[in-house]
Amino acid sequence: MSPAKTTPPSGGFIPRDRDWQPDALTPGYKTSIKRSPQAALLSFPSSLSEETSPVFGHGLLGALDSDLIHNYAQPGESAIGPRIIVYGRVLDEMGRGVPGALLEFWQANAGGRYRHKKESYLAALDPNFGGCGRTITAEDGSYEFRTIQPGPYPWPNGMNDWRPAHIHFSVFGHGFAQRLITQMYFEGDPHIPLCPIVGILKSQDAVDALTAVLDMHRTVPMDSRAYKFDIVLRGRRQTYFENREDGM
Amino acid sequence: MVQKLDYLRESPSQTAGPYVHIGCTPNFTGIDLYGGDLGAVMKTGPVQGKEIVIRGIVFDGTGTPLRDAMIEIWQPDAAGLFASANETRGAADPNFTGWGRSPSDMTTGEFSFDTVKPGAVPWPDGRMQAPHITAWIVARGINIGLHTRIYFEDEAEANAADPILSRIEHQNRIQTLLAKREGDGVYRFDIHLQGPTETIFFDI
Repeated sequence: MSPAKTTPPSGGFIPRDRDWQPDALTPGYKTSIKRSPQAALLSFPSSLSEETSPVFGHGLLGALDSDLIHNYAQPGESAIGPRIIVYGRVLDEMGRGVPGALLEFWQANAGGRYRHKKESYLAALDPNFGGCGRTITAEDGSYEFRTIQPGPYPWPNGMNDWRPAHIHFSVFGHGFAQRLITQMYFEGDPHIPLCPIVGILKSQDAVDALTAVLDMHRTVPMDSRAYKFDIVLRGRRQTYFENREDGM
Repeated sequence: MVQKLDYLRESPSQTAGPYVHIGCTPNFTGIDLYGGDLGAVMKTGPVQGKEIVIRGIVFDGTGTPLRDAMIEIWQPDAAGLFASANETRGAADPNFTGWGRSPSDMTTGEFSFDTVKPGAVPWPDGRMQAPHITAWIVARGINIGLHTRIYFEDEAEANAADPILSRIEHQNRIQTLLAKREGDGVYRFDIHLQGPTETIFFDI
């Protein structure tokens, strides 16, 4: 972990909007019933423990970390499925790009099957697809990676529940309070409004915020389609602090 | 119409799902990438202070261990300094990352961290907080990551003066935030998502 080139802004985090974020208990998603805290969360202002976080330098990354089509494939081979580029920016609530953010992503293969020993779906594994990758955002908060479009798959909840095609994202910004895991969906997927996990979201705006849009301008002709997916992390107050002479 | 504030909204959280380990600890699942899992090693050389191990299990509301959870911790070094770009008070121990990530074991559900006892860090008003570690828990069925803190039962005096612990209304729940000493340098910190011993979770 090498030091970042830029010093991220300091200051207390803006409280998380719990009216916007999903609740812990969402009975339509059955597993949440016994895994949701029932007492009220204890609220307090962020302190150094939450306003700091580890720094992940670009030196961490291997050449194929952001290429899921090839990072698990045998030499000369590639993963099966529709080739796509996922790109976007990591921003904070003020709209500033977040540089140096670590993004880790994981997904099912084109048939909807994960590479995991507890996965029981009968769809075939792809020997050339591992299903995970990572990258670090550039100075303007931008990122991109290459993968195959995952397939929808059935899961045990109701008797006939299917997940829309999705990619999981883990996001590490500049404060532990920003830590976030979410999922990206694909524009136009008819499974989106049917899914109980999407259904925990409180508004159509929230669903839209997690739905990537097809971008024909970024599509590489005869190679890969492109989907844009921006991610927003919690912002920090821009108060001038007496212990920071350079302000913001 | 008044002016608009034009703030963006934080991306909504979604569950980490049953396969968070594929993405965050792929080597643990047998996907041999990256030359090892991030956060598996917190000490990169000889460290200052008392070396400790913290072990625990995350339990659901029926008392069943979660075997698909991921726990992350973040803490200062033994002198109370963070290995962070936002640390302005001094240079942290160069051999200590302060950040750990542990999958819960696929059979027992146990997580574990090989770390150091953290030093004290000030509260925004300058008072010292009791030594603690920040923890974050995600898993299938958890819609938004849960923040909590690991304090130490053998820091009674500091705990009594801690700005957060001292203002908790239900003092009988403070036990849920204390790592219990199991031996020299070995602590247990179980996490209960529900029930009479539900861990205190934070909205920070």
